[in-house]
Amino acid sequence: MTGSILFEAIVFLAGAVICVPLAKRFGLSSVLGYLIAGIVIGPFLLGFVGEEGENIMHFAEFGVVMMLFLIGLEIEPKNFWQMRKTIVGMGGAQVGGTMLVSFLLFQLFDFDWTVSLTFSMAVALSSTAITLQSLKENGQFNTTYGASSFSILLFQDIIVILMLGMLPLLADTDSNTVTDDHGTASSLLDNLPMGFQTLAIVASVIIVVLAGRYLFVPMLRGVANTRVRELLTASALLIVLGIAFLMEMVGLSPALGAFLGGVVLANSEFKHELESTLEPFKDLLLGLFFMAVGASINFIVISENPVMVTSLVIGVIALKAIVLYAVAVIFKLKMDQRLLLTVGLAQIGEFAFVLLSFAFQIKILDKVQLDLMSVVTAITMTLTPVLAIVNERFILPHFGTKAIDDRPMDEIGEANKVILVGFGHFGSTVGRFLRAYGVEPTILDFDSNRVDLLRKMGFKVYYGDATRLDLLKSAGIENADILISAVDSPEITFNLVKGVKKYYPNVKLMVRAKNRYDAYELLDLGVENIYRESLDTSVKMASDVLAQMGFRRYTISRQAEIFKTQDEESMRRLAALPNDGESYIFKAREEMAQQEKLLEEDLKRGQITNDNHWDSEQMRMIIE
Amino acid sequence: MKRILILFAHPKFEQSRANRMLVNKIQGDSTLTFHDLYERYPHFHIDVNFEKELLLEHDVVIWHHPLYWYSCPPLMKQWIDMVLEYGWAYGPGGDALQSKKCLQVITTGGTKKVYCSEGKNVYSVNQFLRPFEQTARLCGMQYLPPYAVMGTHSLSEIELESHADQYLQIIDCLKNGQPVANLSECVFQDDIPQFNSNTLS
Repeated sequence: MTGSILFEAIVFLAGAVICVPLAKRFGLSSVLGYLIAGIVIGPFLLGFVGEEGENIMHFAEFGVVMMLFLIGLEIEPKNFWQMRKTIVGMGGAQVGGTMLVSFLLFQLFDFDWTVSLTFSMAVALSSTAITLQSLKENGQFNTTYGASSFSILLFQDIIVILMLGMLPLLADTDSNTVTDDHGTASSLLDNLPMGFQTLAIVASVIIVVLAGRYLFVPMLRGVANTRVRELLTASALLIVLGIAFLMEMVGLSPALGAFLGGVVLANSEFKHELESTLEPFKDLLLGLFFMAVGASINFIVISENPVMVTSLVIGVIALKAIVLYAVAVIFKLKMDQRLLLTVGLAQIGEFAFVLLSFAFQIKILDKVQLDLMSVVTAITMTLTPVLAIVNERFILPHFGTKAIDDRPMDEIGEANKVILVGFGHFGSTVGRFLRAYGVEPTILDFDSNRVDLLRKMGFKVYYGDATRLDLLKSAGIENADILISAVDSPEITFNLVKGVKKYYPNVKLMVRAKNRYDAYELLDLGVENIYRESLDTSVKMASDVLAQMGFRRYTISRQAEIFKTQDEESMRRLAALPNDGESYIFKAREEMAQQEKLLEEDLKRGQITNDNHWDSEQMRMIIE
Repeated sequence: MKRILILFAHPKFEQSRANRMLVNKIQGDSTLTFHDLYERYPHFHIDVNFEKELLLEHDVVIWHHPLYWYSCPPLMKQWIDMVLEYGWAYGPGGDALQSKKCLQVITTGGTKKVYCSEGKNVYSVNQFLRPFEQTARLCGMQYLPPYAVMGTHSLSEIELESHADQYLQIIDCLKNGQPVANLSECVFQDDIPQFNSNTLS
């Protein structure tokens, strides 16, 4: 049944397209949908996907790399530095605790101590992919639970490198044949002395940091200047792939390297653009990854040792949950956050597959042990979304504090309340005044040279095309109160307004209009707050002319306000008139007609002489 | 020679017959500082530092405005609120205006007969101006008896002209440091209570 790449792609895509909406329909997470899809198309149900499942998993792990890059983008270096205590503290406690307890348990079951240690390493790891995906999906990233989970996962990502490094040492005591197999390990530096390896690792980290500063940003700017959109996608992928390759070469986790690269780029103006470009790739690859996990569940192993597998799954989850609960208590998490963390990280993660197969390669584990533990890993991953649902529906409600703790523990940057689109002549004035008032809007602009200049002046400006909803989303429109459109081009303005009106109707729109005709269209789109750039300045100019001619300034200023109010009223009145729907060929003629109507209205109102305030002449007339 | 600052506040100066006459007369004197508040601050955004400097450069301050609803036009009040700062004009260390002279020059539509206990406005102009008198006093200024051009609606051009001449005479007196009370023909609303110092010098 299998073979052609096209067929496989169809199988995976169809599985996702059918199962995920079904899962969503029943209120389940998309992760569970993917996992079920994987089981269904896997070798033991429909058999569309066979042995190559593992290769696909390896490929799809790249989704995890991308996810960590994207998470890195969300975390500014200084925030990352603030998180260091939580990462080492919570992560260390979780990994250390889990390893210790599980090692003792496996010893009790009479496993060889090297096997016990390998198993306990695998058990200590949790799934970055599953946990972070559901955090994102539920919008829990900025909660204490989210930050804690993230800290622990990050620590695991770091510690897994040490684990992989330690495994060969375990093998040495066990068998002599290992040295022969050693060369098969993935890292090209394995044959080098230990000191040099460390040096290479440090050097590659420095390379990533420096490249982020001095190579990626100038490269992205150059690409942005070409205004060829797909080049930006290409360079985003190039960056992530490059970092992953470098990391794999020196034996570091590609995910960790990508995370680091993300953190370095978090301060750059391309943050939002990179996010929205990579997001679809990440989502697809992660979906593929989850399906591969589902497909890899070996039902033969389960049917051979049903008791063993069941007790291991239950035991592992219980053990991990207890340790996590203890960690949460030590670090003073609130009850609901504690439970979320306990359930959220209780699975064995995707790194376990890597760890276990490496251990098998160097003959610490035999085939039976590898299969057993791999199955347990896949099942615990599959069970996580199920457990989360149980927790959410049956356990959490009893603790009454479901309300999301929205104070982020480690200041993961929160979205600003005002989004300012367009930072040209018009928008920059808006932005500068807001800033002078202490209001820092999230600024979007698509001219990278301007963005560059403004960043040098200390403004926080991001590069991107704001009509793309995904970009607005990463700029935090879901949490924004007000969106200011200061865009020059009317077409872009209309597209932006339409999109925001449709998908985020609760965001208040304040829109720049070039002239009254654009204002008509905006009124038609239901925009209330319209700012015609041609109104205030021209009235001010006319006022100054009148003042130069000797008229009193205060009287002029009062009349100017009246004039603007009346102009606004007539604009709304004329916009309400039915448009004769003729095409734009007749625009000029139509504009003349409008002008005529306006002048007529002015005439009807009469010249400004009916201003009787403080008029002593009138009083005199009455007295006389 | 004393330096004189005229703070003039009229929201519709272009249509005020009486004030045009008064202002035309004094504007010929280049040694005076004529400061037209409504022309300078049409948006009511007063440049406080500039106003303070102006005050420091002068010995006599004249508040010149029409009486609207028994008080000054709003920009004049805004000027008082913004410029006469605590710690500068009054309060601890607020001695910037100490011993300067302050004269209020007003125009009223109603005649003197209307502004008395038997008239429809019941109180005299002086009584309505008490807040200004006390404002000047709190700032350590000598508040002179106010000069009022009353019943402007029924004044003839000639009568207005003579008022304008008197205004000029008062300013001359102030310039030379002579007591304004000596000007026997001027209509001063003189019932200023006597306190520590002699207010009529």
